[in-house]
Amino acid sequence: MKAAPFEYVRPRSVDEACDILAGDENARLIAGGQTLVPMMAMRLARPTRLIDINRIAELSFIRDEGDHVAIGAMTRQRSAERDPLLAARLPLLARAIPWIGHAATRARGTIGGSIANADPAAELPLLAITLDAELSYRAGHASQTIAARDFFAGAMTTALPQDGCLTGVRFPVWRGRIGTGFAEVNARRSDFAFAAAAAQVELDPEGLCKRIAIGIGAVAEAPFRLAAAESKLVGMTLDQARVMDAVRAALADIEPMSDPHASPRYRRRVAAELAARAIAEARADALEKPHAH
Amino acid sequence: MTVKPPHLRFVSSDRRVREDRRFVVGKGNFVADVDLPGLRHVALITCPHPAARILNIDASAALARPGVHYVLDGRELAGATLPLMSGLEIPHVPRHPLAVGTARYSGEWVAAVVADTRALAEDAAEDVRIDYEPLPFVLDAEQAIAPGSPLVHEAHGSNVLLDRNFVWGEVDEDFAASPRTLSLRVKWGRSATVPIETFGVVAQWDPWREILDVWASIQMPKYPEQIATALKLPASGVRVHYDVDVGGSYGVKRGIKHSVLACYLARRLGFPVRLIEDRLENMRGGDAHGPERLFDVDVAFDDAGIVRAMKMRALDNVGAYAGRSPFQLGKPIGAIVGPYKIRSVQYRAMAVVTNKTTQEAVRAFGQSPTNFAIERMMDEVADTLGLDRLEVRRRNLIRHDEFPYLIPSGTNYDSGDYETVIAKVLQHTDYEALQAERDAMRRGGKLAGIGIAACLEPNGGNASFEPLLNPKNTTTTWMESCRISVDLSGAITATMHTTSAGQGHETMVATVVGEVLGIDPDRIRVVRSDSLISMPSNSPVGSRMAVMLGGASYHAAQKLKAKLVAIAAHDLGIAPERALYSAGDVVDGGAPDRRRSWDELVTIAHRNMHRMPEGFEPGLSVSHVLQVPTGGTLPTPDGRVQMYPCFSFEFHLVLLSIDPALGTSKIERYTIGHDCGTVINPKIVRGMTLGGVAHGIGAALYEEFAYNEDGQMVAQSLMDYLLPSSHEVPKIDIVHHVTPSPHTVLGQKGSGESGYLGAPAAIANAVNDAVRPLGITVNTLPIKTARLGDLIADALEKKAT
Amino acid sequence: MHWRSRMRIELIVNGTTHALDIEPRTTLLDCLRDNLGLKGAHAGCEHGVCGACTVLLDGVPVRSCLMFAVQAEGNQITTIEGITPGQGELSPVQDAFCETHGMQCGYCTPAMILTAHALLNANPNPTREDIVEAISGNICRCTGYAQIVEAIALAAERLSGANRAKDAS
Repeated sequence: MKAAPFEYVRPRSVDEACDILAGDENARLIAGGQTLVPMMAMRLARPTRLIDINRIAELSFIRDEGDHVAIGAMTRQRSAERDPLLAARLPLLARAIPWIGHAATRARGTIGGSIANADPAAELPLLAITLDAELSYRAGHASQTIAARDFFAGAMTTALPQDGCLTGVRFPVWRGRIGTGFAEVNARRSDFAFAAAAAQVELDPEGLCKRIAIGIGAVAEAPFRLAAAESKLVGMTLDQARVMDAVRAALADIEPMSDPHASPRYRRRVAAELAARAIAEARADALEKPHAH
Repeated sequence: MTVKPPHLRFVSSDRRVREDRRFVVGKGNFVADVDLPGLRHVALITCPHPAARILNIDASAALARPGVHYVLDGRELAGATLPLMSGLEIPHVPRHPLAVGTARYSGEWVAAVVADTRALAEDAAEDVRIDYEPLPFVLDAEQAIAPGSPLVHEAHGSNVLLDRNFVWGEVDEDFAASPRTLSLRVKWGRSATVPIETFGVVAQWDPWREILDVWASIQMPKYPEQIATALKLPASGVRVHYDVDVGGSYGVKRGIKHSVLACYLARRLGFPVRLIEDRLENMRGGDAHGPERLFDVDVAFDDAGIVRAMKMRALDNVGAYAGRSPFQLGKPIGAIVGPYKIRSVQYRAMAVVTNKTTQEAVRAFGQSPTNFAIERMMDEVADTLGLDRLEVRRRNLIRHDEFPYLIPSGTNYDSGDYETVIAKVLQHTDYEALQAERDAMRRGGKLAGIGIAACLEPNGGNASFEPLLNPKNTTTTWMESCRISVDLSGAITATMHTTSAGQGHETMVATVVGEVLGIDPDRIRVVRSDSLISMPSNSPVGSRMAVMLGGASYHAAQKLKAKLVAIAAHDLGIAPERALYSAGDVVDGGAPDRRRSWDELVTIAHRNMHRMPEGFEPGLSVSHVLQVPTGGTLPTPDGRVQMYPCFSFEFHLVLLSIDPALGTSKIERYTIGHDCGTVINPKIVRGMTLGGVAHGIGAALYEEFAYNEDGQMVAQSLMDYLLPSSHEVPKIDIVHHVTPSPHTVLGQKGSGESGYLGAPAAIANAVNDAVRPLGITVNTLPIKTARLGDLIADALEKKAT
Repeated sequence: MHWRSRMRIELIVNGTTHALDIEPRTTLLDCLRDNLGLKGAHAGCEHGVCGACTVLLDGVPVRSCLMFAVQAEGNQITTIEGITPGQGELSPVQDAFCETHGMQCGYCTPAMILTAHALLNANPNPTREDIVEAISGNICRCTGYAQIVEAIALAAERLSGANRAKDAS
């Protein structure tokens, strides 16, 4: 299980990386490599040229931008997992990142790599969708941004142009009485999920839902939001029956994936359950917090 | 913890395992660590179809690459070597390392490329053009025996390799006389032991000495002989090096096909060759899958739950070739009634070929699936009667005072105290509290169940299934040997004659020899021979080494002791009976100040022939070849046989919860009671037992070589074949009990398969206890999360409407 | 097509800098084993699941099969050979694994011990859950993990005991 031969380059800047990409359609960027390298070992991926962006310092950061927290694409999942700013401002990420792979793969795996890889069952694309993240990339020496909801085109497919390099992701910061929840089911704790749900809520002083975001991963070709459920739940008490009704209804029209591990109906049913659990966890989390001032 | 019998000084004491020191610093000698000058590497080309005729192989482009030395196909190899041994009389089901003319499963090896590096060999493998004509195929064993099924081996005329029907006792009469019967069908899914090290072999041919040197991560008997036979060499021309550490095996490291392939290449090409499977080659074509077995069980019993008779049909899907797998239907005959007094049994053993990967020996050699079937049966009997499952088992157990106990299939169980082991477990766990805990979880909205399994681990390596299933095979011994030498400096070296895969045999030999000689085992060197300077061994299969290597080293040490005593008595001028051995010295029992020290005795033996007793050989070198206890006889014509000499017992008690909405199960508590007689090294036995349970958890809940309907294996990497991690294995308590075996030198029994024998059954029974309120029965392993989730959802839906 | 098929790199392994001429496709695992003769890192799956190839990269456990050696230039790489104190000597973690028999076949053991070292460096007093989580990326097929968890807990206890004794003196 050895990779096919390739040429290795280590550009010093993002633009240099993009230039190489633009000049060779068989070139590929390597970030953490935790998905790409096994694909190469099995020769399911065989780039002729590997462009290593690990040493590009400008891609590795976690930055407070007031209403947003910006995370550089090459930021290691392990760094994000341990970052106090991220824990304070993006508690949903802090809650969900430990579910990614194992400690040893999070040590190399990156925030941007997972998003660009767009595995339907991966946690980070789900978080980007749930929180309405904005992704930035460079292509042709120009910086571009794209909303996460426009980015994921399908399983392992994104809107990133062939010569594009994802540079960062900006997550909006919610203020107020915020709570977060995350739930997933898998065969073993470290495996890709059969279904996953993320929820973030803001409660008003009476404990009613003021704002809510619910995302579902691993069920369809790309993570998606339960927008219909969200609109039904705003202004309501997030009690169990109402939540379950809303998420079930929102999932009714989804066509879930099938694979040897889980049937479509399993995915649909469990997605509703996980969404309800994530919302309940988020609600409880928010209720523990002091009222907004 | 184990209690050390008072007369034993080193045996049963909590000593360190000497092998560990080299492993913790990364200095094990694994086959991939064997480096020879000029070593070249093999990569394999595999068939992408479940069945296909091989029309043409064009290797010209591959051979044109720099660094590529050879491309070998099945025709050349089959022309130069004999087919691999199958053990059955099936001449039209030949098995070769590379497919010849027809490939019979997806992943089967079709050609081998030799190059300077493994990466280059893989590059070249992509350039070999092979034209296939896909053929009809069959994946399911029941379909394979149905009329009109595609034949996996056309010339064999059917897909059945083995179909034996045994009747032991008055089965029909007992069924007719029983007030109650029930039937059940249970299925053991295709899984295996999947060691973290794949199989590997390094071979080197020396044409001037005419010796083939082999280093391999091997665990199988008669390995050098089988290589020699296939290559048409005298066995004295094959030198297998037994000092290779095997990175896990638990049965499956039987890479004879890999070895014949690599050895042929090394001879053919004149340079050393290395074949280390990568994980895909290992999973798809390494021929290391385990049983995939369908059981149809009928049981006859009375209103009190006393089981009188059982009919069992075991239909095993062995994959495309015989391998060792049909015999895995044979071992369970030696414990076909489990720990129960079932007086008559009908057993039909069927091995069927399909277009799946070939099976090899897997831990417990077929006994764990059989235990699963028996233990599911006992639960069903209890449930039918509305009786407690534990109580029903107790009523049927063989009692302590009934040993030796002859079971219908002709095997005598050596010893046991099943009721005490069970009582100890129930006391340790507080069975009533456990039930209360289960009930509390149920009230909290979870599904929760208690699972029990009581089962046997036949051990000691009396492989009588060979002559039983193949009357042309007249083998009645599976011996094991030990040699001990004391050198001129007085240092002791013991020799063993096989590889190990983590069982701590060096520690065991030193402990036993030290025990007999009264000398600290840490002062005893243990080394491994190669096959040309080897005494007979049958390798560590069938949980046999405690009994067999332990026994051989015990007897060799006794011979050494006797020789020392005789030399001392002669030198002291006293009768041998008056000479007393004590920790290396020999004392005159009549005059304790007269003695000969260890050093003096060594000097006499090595230098002073004039002081030696008449007829003694000089030096201090002794050896012993141990015949299997209770072995030595052929099966009776009606199929009764003493299968194994010793029978360890284990009792599992599991509390498991299921999240009904997700189908996820969690093992909340796990206790195993374990009796393998006298424990030689407590750390080793504990590790084997816990590891066996973990392996059983995998077989019960996670692991399956799943295929899709196109005949492609969908679990061919460790991303999809799910090995339990530290998250999935709960804390497990072990309660030990010691019922010595009368057949062994220290009362020891085997323990290498323990844990795995009953864990799948206990977990399946716990799941069934949990879902029974929903009216569901789960009789198929593995019990995968989503599948269980769907079953529960259906049942809940049905209940609601 | 023209391949720049080999590259000259420098790797810092166990504190020593090695100049190497290798193919870019050589994984760090293969480089350690084949080019540097450090056989303590083992290939189990070569696709990042089993963890037998784990080494420390700047003190953090990573899978050496999921990195190409050329990517590791400038990093501090530590293998099992690098944490063994000397000939015939064991680190406290290695000794604890011997004490509890936290292994059988020894194949996953070097990776397990490196993972344990990294855990104890970051968290000298781990709970059982911390230990279970830390080793969850290292598959052991022999032991069922109990004696491994016990080894790490024992090592932690001994190391903290040693620290206390030092502080007290």
